[in-house]
Amino acid sequence: MRPLIVIRRVPKIDFMRWHLFGFAFSGLLSIATVVLLLTAGLNYGIDFTGGTLIEVRVTNGAADLAAMRSKLDALHVGEPSLQAYVDKTTAECATSPPACVLIRLPEQPGGDAAQQKVVQQVRGALGPDVEYRRTEVVGPSVGSELIRAGVLATVLALGAIMVYVWFRFEWQFGIGATLATLHDVITTVGLFAIFQLEFNLTTLAAILTIAGYSINDTVVIYDRVRESMRKYRTMPFRDLINLALNETLSRTILTVATTALAVLALLFLGGEVLRGFSIAMLWGIVIGTYSSLFIAAPLLYYVQPNRRAIARTADSDDAPAERASR
Amino acid sequence: MLYFANWKVLLICGICLLGVLLSLPNLFTPAQLAYLPSSMRKQVALGLDLRGGSYLLLEVDIAAAQRERLNTTIDSVRNTLRDAHIGYTGLNVEGDAIAFTIRETDRVEEAKRDLAKIAPDMTVEIAPDGAGTMKFSTVATETRRRQAVEQSIEIIRRRIDETGTKEPTIQREGQDRILVQLPGVDNPQRIKELLGKTAKLTFQLVDQGITVEDARRGRLPPGDEILPSVDEGRGRGGGAGSYVVRKRVMVGGDTLTDAQATFQNNEPVVSFKFDSIGGKKFGDATRENVGKPFAIVLDNKVISAPVIREPILGGSGIISGSFTVQSASDLALLLRAGALPAPIQILEERTVGAELGADSIHAGAIASIVGVVLVIVFMVLFYGLFGVFADIALLFNLCLMLGALSLLGATLTLPGIAGIALTMGMAVDANVLIYERIKEELRGGRSLLSSLEAGFTRAFGTILDSHVTTLVAGILLYWLGSGPVKGFAVTLSIGVLTSLFSAILVTRLQIVTWLRRYKPKAIPL
Repeated sequence: MRPLIVIRRVPKIDFMRWHLFGFAFSGLLSIATVVLLLTAGLNYGIDFTGGTLIEVRVTNGAADLAAMRSKLDALHVGEPSLQAYVDKTTAECATSPPACVLIRLPEQPGGDAAQQKVVQQVRGALGPDVEYRRTEVVGPSVGSELIRAGVLATVLALGAIMVYVWFRFEWQFGIGATLATLHDVITTVGLFAIFQLEFNLTTLAAILTIAGYSINDTVVIYDRVRESMRKYRTMPFRDLINLALNETLSRTILTVATTALAVLALLFLGGEVLRGFSIAMLWGIVIGTYSSLFIAAPLLYYVQPNRRAIARTADSDDAPAERASR
Repeated sequence: MLYFANWKVLLICGICLLGVLLSLPNLFTPAQLAYLPSSMRKQVALGLDLRGGSYLLLEVDIAAAQRERLNTTIDSVRNTLRDAHIGYTGLNVEGDAIAFTIRETDRVEEAKRDLAKIAPDMTVEIAPDGAGTMKFSTVATETRRRQAVEQSIEIIRRRIDETGTKEPTIQREGQDRILVQLPGVDNPQRIKELLGKTAKLTFQLVDQGITVEDARRGRLPPGDEILPSVDEGRGRGGGAGSYVVRKRVMVGGDTLTDAQATFQNNEPVVSFKFDSIGGKKFGDATRENVGKPFAIVLDNKVISAPVIREPILGGSGIISGSFTVQSASDLALLLRAGALPAPIQILEERTVGAELGADSIHAGAIASIVGVVLVIVFMVLFYGLFGVFADIALLFNLCLMLGALSLLGATLTLPGIAGIALTMGMAVDANVLIYERIKEELRGGRSLLSSLEAGFTRAFGTILDSHVTTLVAGILLYWLGSGPVKGFAVTLSIGVLTSLFSAILVTRLQIVTWLRRYKPKAIPL
């Protein structure tokens, strides 16, 4: 049984030719993200801000947002945000006009105890013809802890990755990999800032997974760069990077494709709750691949690893198998 | 590489078989499971976001408990110094300590000695100029904290059990937090109300010597306190505003053995029974105070203040107040379960209705299946027979993941399902790496066998690197994440480990078997 689609030849793309565009593009994206974070900020979910999220389904026909809003306004529990939605993946919320509504209420003044009263008030105000699909109440103390834990996790992940790559390669590789991963993390946050998508705990999980995935891609390419450095000791470094990128290109594309297939299935069929996660993952896969090709690899050109040191380690790593087969 | 020792073949097949066996029970309904031997009934536990239920994160307010204890100790300090005729000023609670100044500086040592007798777990420090503090030692605070949390867990469990909730999990989280998970509960309001009450019941005499108004004007006798009525602000109970009661507790609720909601004159009331010590104390106290009112106090609010008509010697009694049937049965429940050692705050609530849970499982399952099918088709398209090998390894990987989750008793959440789908996409990366390498070696002019060999060995280092970095992210997520995100971290990490096994060893075993059996002249890549 032969494959139907075969990539036969190694392409000869001059990636290095585009790397300055890549740097400029990524620099712009990163700066834009920082500016956006400082001005518009992120649309934090209640996981981080504290507050109340209630997802309801109106059981007698379509949801009347105006009526619901006026009922909630009468409670004087801050500005409620209502969002009706249609979700084809569910049994109950697939109807149009929508019967399902997401209600968000801001954090109540008065600490953790005050948050708990709101749910009961809302239940009272909305009356009997409503089914409660989901209720989340996060108090102020938990919210700030989650932010701290999230930032800590991201910083630690980047740190751990740098140390690992440094340990496995040379420190120059560590810098390149960390910068590229940092770029992926920042621009993913940027995506959420531009479109004001809700940034919550699952988004954070997606970001850490992206960091793991993107570094994966980078490591594969770096592995090849190192191998080529041992093999072609006199080849100009620029050509060497191009060669490594081209040789691993088919793998890069195939892996992006399989992972993207899985994520696309989640995005379109996984339902409302996973949407933010899937969007972040999809973007992360694309940007992570781009950054491996146009940031991580070209960066090596500027912080050239010591070829002699790498040549010296050649024998210890993958030689035994080679010797046996020759 | 092209030779597998028999024991290795057996081991690989054994692990795969084990994965299939462990994951199989997940396909059956609970009714069908009953026919299987009990060792095979382990299923993956579904998280509350999938099965519906309520998740509450509570915090034991240790500081409040400590403040209260300082406030009661302050009376003892006052009495001790007064009995010893030692002059003092500025006696009050400051932060986590009782502060005071001894006026007679030559009696500092004496004061120190007397005060130390009040509470053995407190340290007394008095400077030569008379300024002194009394605070709990660090060890005592720590012990007390631990005890308070453990005791709270026990009492919370009793209260929740009384409501008839099935399979609640109540566990300690961090230093002074408690995580409560209530499967199937879609409106935890009643439970939240029950948990929000300390339920400290006391019987205290009402001081008839002074009116509330006079006491408010600053003539509160020492040893008395003003307590509000539970009906205050509700505009009923005939203007029952507040009471002046003796601070000394006649009997405490900790001596109750039983409490039930019943009716008296068609009004809901709560009947209670004391243990023998409580019964005797209550008997003595009522005998000495016939004709006087006493206050029944719950969490520093007066439920009612009946007049003692005759000594109550039977060790049981009735609390009447303006109860509804519900509030009477709640009070009875709280009294049976006991008082919390410290107030409890609800920090976080996440409740998912069974409806959304079912929707999530459905959507998650469909998405995963579609994802896996797409990946399988893709691999066959690009790698033909070798793609089939990789796909078979992928299916074993899925079984191993589910089996490991069942075996570990891990909880599967919706992000966890996303984690499975994602690992399926990422797991074939190892195969892609190996196959691309093999193709490259073939292009380089190597022989069939040597290309296969080189493909596996050379790709291994890269595969290991990429798996380790994903694992790092997974472990950090597990460590710092909470709730459903932890579920994601678990499936991601397990998936990374199982795919390392399946993508490399299972695929290789298949290729080797194929080589031996068909002795092919070329590799279909």
